[in-house]
Amino acid sequence: MRDTAIVAFAQTDHVRHTDELSEVEMLMPVLHRVLDATGLKASDIGFTCSGSSDYLAGRAFSFTMALDGVGAYPPISESHVEMDGAWALYEAWVKIQTGQVDTALVYSYGKSSPGEVRDVLTRQLDPYYVGPLWPDSVALAALQARALIDAGDTDEAALAAIAHRSRAAAADNPHAQLRGPVPAGEYVVQPLRTGDCPPVGDGAAAVILAAGDTARALCPRPAWIRGIDHRIEAHSLGVRELTESPSTYLAATRAGVFERPVDTAELHAPFTSQEVVLRKALRLDDSVDVNPSGGALAANPVMAAGLIRLGEAAARIHRGESERALAHATSGPCLQQNLVAVLEGESAHVQ
Amino acid sequence: MPEALSAPLVVEFPFTRSLGPVQSAFLTGLRERTVLGVRTADGKILVPPVEYDPVTAEELRELTGVATTGTVTTWAWNPAPRPAQPLATPFAWVLVRLDGADTALLHALDAPGPEAVHTGMRVRIRWAAERTGAITDIACFEPYGGDGTGQCAPHDGEFADPVTGIVTPARLDYRYTPGRAQSAYLDALSGQRIVGERCPSCHKVYVPPRGACPTCGVATTEQVEVGPRGTVTTFCIVNIKAKNLDIEVPYVYAHIALDGADLALHARIGGIPYDQVRMGLRVEPVWTEGGRHPDHYRPTGEPDADYDAYKELL
Ligand SMILES: [Zn+2]
Repeated sequence: MRDTAIVAFAQTDHVRHTDELSEVEMLMPVLHRVLDATGLKASDIGFTCSGSSDYLAGRAFSFTMALDGVGAYPPISESHVEMDGAWALYEAWVKIQTGQVDTALVYSYGKSSPGEVRDVLTRQLDPYYVGPLWPDSVALAALQARALIDAGDTDEAALAAIAHRSRAAAADNPHAQLRGPVPAGEYVVQPLRTGDCPPVGDGAAAVILAAGDTARALCPRPAWIRGIDHRIEAHSLGVRELTESPSTYLAATRAGVFERPVDTAELHAPFTSQEVVLRKALRLDDSVDVNPSGGALAANPVMAAGLIRLGEAAARIHRGESERALAHATSGPCLQQNLVAVLEGESAHVQ
Repeated sequence: MPEALSAPLVVEFPFTRSLGPVQSAFLTGLRERTVLGVRTADGKILVPPVEYDPVTAEELRELTGVATTGTVTTWAWNPAPRPAQPLATPFAWVLVRLDGADTALLHALDAPGPEAVHTGMRVRIRWAAERTGAITDIACFEPYGGDGTGQCAPHDGEFADPVTGIVTPARLDYRYTPGRAQSAYLDALSGQRIVGERCPSCHKVYVPPRGACPTCGVATTEQVEVGPRGTVTTFCIVNIKAKNLDIEVPYVYAHIALDGADLALHARIGGIPYDQVRMGLRVEPVWTEGGRHPDHYRPTGEPDADYDAYKELL
């Protein structure tokens, strides 16, 4: 495997509305920040990969407009996934593994403010048996939460504690949308209350990946990707065991998570109940600092929140606050698809 | 700096899909008030049935009938139903394992309140009065006092007039906001001025502005009024009448480089027979009363522009 690291990360402040900004206007500052951090120019980048969804803001081919912000003309080598940017990062990592490029720019963005994200996300569901019922994202998460409560894995008080811990951690995160004490609130879909749900908002994020000595030249303490893998579960909710996440466990195993303990985990759990599932699947105990950024409960720009988990974990390593961190991203209803990566600082680098 | 503009935007489309043999049998069965599952190699009955085994990817074709009664495996109380959801009054989302099935089906449960719902409760299908061969042929589930009725029996999946496709209408409502650069452009248009933006790095003027220079990857900020006159850089002749467009064919649609702009925009050419439009033709906008854009461009009467003057904009 070719040594590859996250060498820079930037994100916007995540906010409820960005009416004054088009997507590219929202995105450009984070692109410039990661380029400035490494001293690279857009023309130095070997491969560019982005993640976004046109459904969020209802704008067809919005990713082609966003490319203006990269300086994509004359044409550059680029690709796009209609997924969270974590999967764009995976594609860029594969591209670096092929040896064709040494550097990659990965970005993603989501503007949920123009639409109703709960309804928008129903359009990703099975169009035959599920989509026509329009079960919204909170409803599906609530079915999973109830299954967890019935199984004795959690209760409403424990879920509220996860919400509280996440927003308290976000007090130190200047980009977070929800910080500090947030009331548990009313039921949105019982058993999930407003406090158990992520804020709806707009935001963008970018990272730069680099291989080997290029990474060392660009960053004083690169966050080496020691392993990365993603796995998916059956399409039908009624086939899945909703209290478990075998796909997360498998991805984590293949990424090498269980070879040595991690000190930090950035989990992409938009709903409190999903953190319960992920902690079980990833065998995380209280020695691990889970979501020191506040996680998706503090800021959940759809399509960027997963990439931000990788970026936050990397940034902890860049700052010397972590030696070995786990980053996780999810996609689809009830943690249907999961990506897990292990990041390490240089000193932990053992070949 | 004008305020950011916004406007309602509706994205609406009929989602049209063909069905495979198992899906077709299942949805046709619902129309006939029959629920079918499919048997996997290890003997599990999947309801709703799928065409391929979710674990082994093996093709599944062995259908079997299951009961219209079942047990709630998990639930969630929805106090505020959203548009297009199965019930308009508060209801429970449920996963229901029908008697005879090994997996659960997602649907709505009509119940008076969350205190009336629990995991393990017995429910039965309430059929929709009008059924077309869709998952919505099940109107919802309702509480049911009885035990399993054991209607599990092999079924050939054959029905008269099988459903072979579904059309699911989908509508999403948005509030479109064009952002800073395009808001400024639209604001100027309302005063019949055409305003682009200049790249601070390469100095190109983009019309309409999109907020960024695609060559330099930086924000364009300096507003520059361009035109109103311009030059046809290239064009085509439209021979097919578009729906809902009251323009006689043939007509000319052209790329026009407005004076001062480094990017051509496109518009219709009028005021000249279609077969006399040419590259280099000098044109100006024609505004109609209340129009938000130039209706079309017409010849100015000036001599044609030299090819060298616009070749970079082709
Ligand atoms: Zn430029």
